[in-house]
Amino acid sequence: MLDIAVAYNRFKFLGFEFLTWLWFSIDGDTDKTRHPLNDFSIGNRIALENRRDNKIEIITIKGDDAGLEEGLLALQKGALVTEINLIYVEDQNKWQFTLKGENLSINNIRHPDIGPYESSEDVDAFVFEKIHHYNKVVEIIDQTFKLFIASRISGNWIAQTVPQIKRWIKH
Amino acid sequence: MGLLSPTASMTRYKVTGNIENSIKETILKGLKKFCIADIENENFEKSVGWTSFDNPFNPDFDGMKFEIGSFFLFSMRIDKKNLSSKIIQKHFSIEYARQAKKNGRDYLSKNEKKSLKEHVVSVLTLRIPSTPNVYDLLWNYETGSLYFFSTLKLANEEVETLFFKSFNLSLVRLFPYTMAELLLDLSDVEKDVILNLSPTKFTD
Repeated sequence: MLDIAVAYNRFKFLGFEFLTWLWFSIDGDTDKTRHPLNDFSIGNRIALENRRDNKIEIITIKGDDAGLEEGLLALQKGALVTEINLIYVEDQNKWQFTLKGENLSINNIRHPDIGPYESSEDVDAFVFEKIHHYNKVVEIIDQTFKLFIASRISGNWIAQTVPQIKRWIKH
Repeated sequence: MGLLSPTASMTRYKVTGNIENSIKETILKGLKKFCIADIENENFEKSVGWTSFDNPFNPDFDGMKFEIGSFFLFSMRIDKKNLSSKIIQKHFSIEYARQAKKNGRDYLSKNEKKSLKEHVVSVLTLRIPSTPNVYDLLWNYETGSLYFFSTLKLANEEVETLFFKSFNLSLVRLFPYTMAELLLDLSDVEKDVILNLSPTKFTD
């Protein structure tokens, strides 16, 4: 395995490509059968970054009903997604969180409501419920990342996926 | 924003290394040895150590339950005394005038000023209370997966260091490369492909 500090910087781009692919998969991909992609929607924040000619341009779109056209425009200019807020719904339960591309840290996790605890005996059950929800978020991120890596290291990435993403960006 | 907060943020780690004796006893020993030290009324600016999840300001590892199912749940606390430069400047000026008057001069030498500043910082550090920050850890000791409930760079660096010192186990931070390498069960050929990847251009 590579030195951790070297690998962190060397493969930052992989996280940005992952989030860009994820937005495409949610919004532009016609194959809606792949779990867990079919249960995702874009939440209330996307940040993009465009590095060219030693300059960094950062575009942030925030708000519950914000239009994402500016984001697509940034993609057309060569930006990649660096941060994305996602909503995942399963059996009417909703998890919402922000993923950062650079390190895939998970921020502002919100999960389905848990009833309040009234006694110290309830605390363990409450903590277990919390753990279940955090594990759920981690599980769906891992499944999604696995789909991305499988696609990214296959021959189809250059032959099919990248052209599809380019068409979606232009559209 | 810890584990029990309505919204939480986390950094993920993989715990690597082996514990040869009873894992629970080893962890308890490490928690006690590196328990947060009280720096109130002490001449220290910062203290970093473990504390209990359910009683972070009065840790008692002997009476503490830190295991829940197959998880260890405890917290790291960082106590820091924040001395603003303006407070230091104010007290330095007062002491400077007093010292100069005492010496019968209206100035102090370079060495005297340096020594006076150190004295002022030392006295203030002793007097001011520290600000505590508590960060929860959830460690699944069966899978080696650990959630650290902060994404702050400083807190992450502190927990990585403290964890190794306490348990002789390493925390490998999970980010795109390490996730692919450690979590996805890839073949050696696939890992080589990842090592040779270069950025994709999505524009013509």
